[in-house]
Amino acid sequence: MLTGFIFYLLNVVPGTGGEICMSRAMKTVGEVTDFRPRAILHALGRAMSVPWFWVGITMMATGFFSLLGLLSVANVSFVFPATALSYAVGTLGGKLFLRERVTPQRWFGVLLVCVGVTLVFFGKQ
Amino acid sequence: MTAPQGLHLKTFTLILIMVSVAPLGDMFLGKGMKRVPPMASWAPAEVFHFFFRAFTSGTIWLGIGLLLTFFVAYLLVLSWADYTYVLPASSISNLLIALLAYFVLHETITPTRWTGVAFICLGVFVVGRTHLRTTEHR
Repeated sequence: MLTGFIFYLLNVVPGTGGEICMSRAMKTVGEVTDFRPRAILHALGRAMSVPWFWVGITMMATGFFSLLGLLSVANVSFVFPATALSYAVGTLGGKLFLRERVTPQRWFGVLLVCVGVTLVFFGKQ
Repeated sequence: MTAPQGLHLKTFTLILIMVSVAPLGDMFLGKGMKRVPPMASWAPAEVFHFFFRAFTSGTIWLGIGLLLTFFVAYLLVLSWADYTYVLPASSISNLLIALLAYFVLHETITPTRWTGVAFICLGVFVVGRTHLRTTEHR
């Protein structure tokens, strides 16, 4: 139980932090408009030159390993909806660190997601 | 602040790729990890052994391959769309994961949990109707 909870926290917090860092890195790279394989590789190469990319990769890797740990002790149908708590953490992070404008409608959507996550928790057998 | 039609189309296409491959990848990870015994303790040797066993599974690597595809699509869409838009908009994959868990992995899903998944999808729908970009771009 405690092991599962530790894995859960390590998945949600560093995992979401990593995604925010990755978003910051990709905004630095700029909008990708060419989707040919070479152009995609070029865009990824440019992203790798941004320090935020590597901070993000490290944090997301922590989140991924924790996800594997969590999946060893809980069902898929529980783990993934439960980790949707990262939507609330991520929206807060997007507003604070990425300066995104989160409209009341977007907050309302996130609130619905959080209600859903809570129900998934309580629906655990 | 409105986004051009082309921007909506490529955002929709990449999110569609994301929500198609991510649930499959997650399902394979779940299937692979079910064959790995849970960690008995947090001793470094035990942690190492646990992950070593996980990475010897072909199912896990199949899941990782699919999640890498997701990751590339995710990075591309983040180059123009808000993180606070992409994150919930792609959470429709929760419904697909629940369906895969039920039909493929034969997991039992209680009505409360289905209701939770429905709320998550409703939240996604609400977020999907907001502007996909609210910050200045280069």
